[in-house]
Amino acid sequence: MSQFLQQLINGLSLGSIYALIALGYTMVYGVLRLINFAHGEVFMVGAYAGYYAAWLLGVERFEAAGQGFPLYLALLVLAVAMGAAALLGVLVEALAYRPVRSAPRLTPLITAIGVSLLLQNVALLVFSPNPRRYPAILTEVRFEFAGVIVTNVKLTIFVLASLLMVGLHLLIQKTSWGRGARATSANLDAAELMGIDTGQVIRWTFATGSALAAAGGILFGLDQITINPQMGVLTGIKAFVAAVLGGIGNIPGAMLGGILIGLAEQFTAGYLSPDYRDAITFLILIAVLLVKPQGLLGVVRTEKV
Amino acid sequence: MSKSPTLRVVVVATLFVALFLAGVALRANVIEYVQRIVLLAGINIILAVGLNLINGTTGQFSLGHAGFMAIGAYAAAYVGVLLGPLVEGWCGPGLLADGLTLNLALVVGAFFSACAGLLIGIPSLRLRGDYLAVVTLGFGEIIRIVFTNAEFLGSATGYFGDEPAGLREYTSFFWVYVWALLVVVGLYNLTFSQMGRSLVAIREDEIAAEAIATPTTRLKVQAFVISAATAGIAGGLFAHMQAGIRPEDFRFEKSIDMLVMVIIGGLGSISGAVLGGIFVAVTLELMRDLAQYRLVIYALLLVVIMIVRPRGLLGTRELFDTWKKKSGPSQGSRA
Repeated sequence: MSQFLQQLINGLSLGSIYALIALGYTMVYGVLRLINFAHGEVFMVGAYAGYYAAWLLGVERFEAAGQGFPLYLALLVLAVAMGAAALLGVLVEALAYRPVRSAPRLTPLITAIGVSLLLQNVALLVFSPNPRRYPAILTEVRFEFAGVIVTNVKLTIFVLASLLMVGLHLLIQKTSWGRGARATSANLDAAELMGIDTGQVIRWTFATGSALAAAGGILFGLDQITINPQMGVLTGIKAFVAAVLGGIGNIPGAMLGGILIGLAEQFTAGYLSPDYRDAITFLILIAVLLVKPQGLLGVVRTEKV
Repeated sequence: MSKSPTLRVVVVATLFVALFLAGVALRANVIEYVQRIVLLAGINIILAVGLNLINGTTGQFSLGHAGFMAIGAYAAAYVGVLLGPLVEGWCGPGLLADGLTLNLALVVGAFFSACAGLLIGIPSLRLRGDYLAVVTLGFGEIIRIVFTNAEFLGSATGYFGDEPAGLREYTSFFWVYVWALLVVVGLYNLTFSQMGRSLVAIREDEIAAEAIATPTTRLKVQAFVISAATAGIAGGLFAHMQAGIRPEDFRFEKSIDMLVMVIIGGLGSISGAVLGGIFVAVTLELMRDLAQYRLVIYALLLVVIMIVRPRGLLGTRELFDTWKKKSGPSQGSRA
């Protein structure tokens, strides 16, 4: 029982990271019908931006002095990373995706794969392939209840991810930009005819999605302790599967899918074998595509001729 | 080649003799390093032309052909080790036994890859092209994870066959290029057949193709299975080229290499895929010292080609189109 609860807690915190990343996939897919392969790399760059920001703010000094990193500085790190990732997302959209927006569907997809590879390999050159220990912007505190270990890091991940998701929900449902985004997602051409600046909506979609991925990157770094330039590949794919599981283009679906993928992965690692923790995601993907290709919360779109 | 049957036999026989002599000459005159590049180029041609059928002609998108290649490689390696001594005991050691073992192994490898293609194609090809990209990517990774954990195939250290003979180097210039020729001619004929035209129709407009009673899913699955089988053949040749294969040989990067071959050549152009295969084999070796920049360059190449020439350098044209104004199914397609 305690093992079950332990896996449940680990799965929930891992799942909320996946959910944060999945939101970016689902939002971009919603407006552009594009699988943004580079999103996993934006997540990675976000984690590194947080790493360098923490380092510049003197996290080492606090560690050496045995003090905790002050909360306001930790939040500053988060803001810097989210801002940097948002900028990168917008840049990628402007330089790579906008020129191919009206091309047949495969062209943007190949472009996205190219951008993903480019960012990843430039990161390998710039950041070096060696994994790095993530700075302790949050000092770990362990609580133990009946054999189940809960750390404040895991709690923070869950709470922060939930807050960001609520924030996104309000942004999409309550603001005029959100209304524009929903309209663009429903039909880009019609939205444009209604006077919505779709270019602006697309830019902000990339910025928001990328910022959420950066938050995911920092939380991932805190959770997994090390980061490396290739961390975005597998995590990105898993988050994408989460988006598909929930119903791609559907925001609550991405959150649900992320949590479910995180749980599935943890339970597979805990009860079957850690070797198959990555394989289970792909099995889920194939199963979803076979049984319910529109995902759990998605609706079937009929293509009109 | 729609001449008399006798002429055809003569042409084919001459080709085979020429290939054989070229192989002998190559072995005698060229250093092993260059021989290896030439063999790799041949294997790349098979990979590129095979992938082009699905990514270029049919307009679907596979990112997992490294997985099919791995299945073909492991199956062919296993069968080669198993059959090698048997065949030798049967018809004596020598070129005949080597060729027989290699080809039996390749056929088995291709069969296993084709089965995997069927298994993965049926669920994913009912959906739109970009889902296939992710499913095949995931599938390629699963295959690699399975091979990394399969103890009877050497796990992560790789498969080298059992003692005493082990996995032998049966792959020769002759067989690589015989298979390359078979695949190129076979897929060329397929592309310009009725099925090929239906595949192009699927690429250009799937809904319209369906509306004129093209069995789109069935055709897509068939094309995918053929494409997987060719990757399996390439994998088998690759396995018997170096007496040992590791799961690491079939990473995601391998699928990217194949994608680069097809895109450089032109999505939907067979001669383009041949050129792309050769290009990647040569640049891979030339850039050996710049290994860490290779993928940066490939990635930039992908993005720039997509923005500037979205159908690849040759587009859907064939090389000979320039001097032979033949109207193929590729004509009139949108750029």
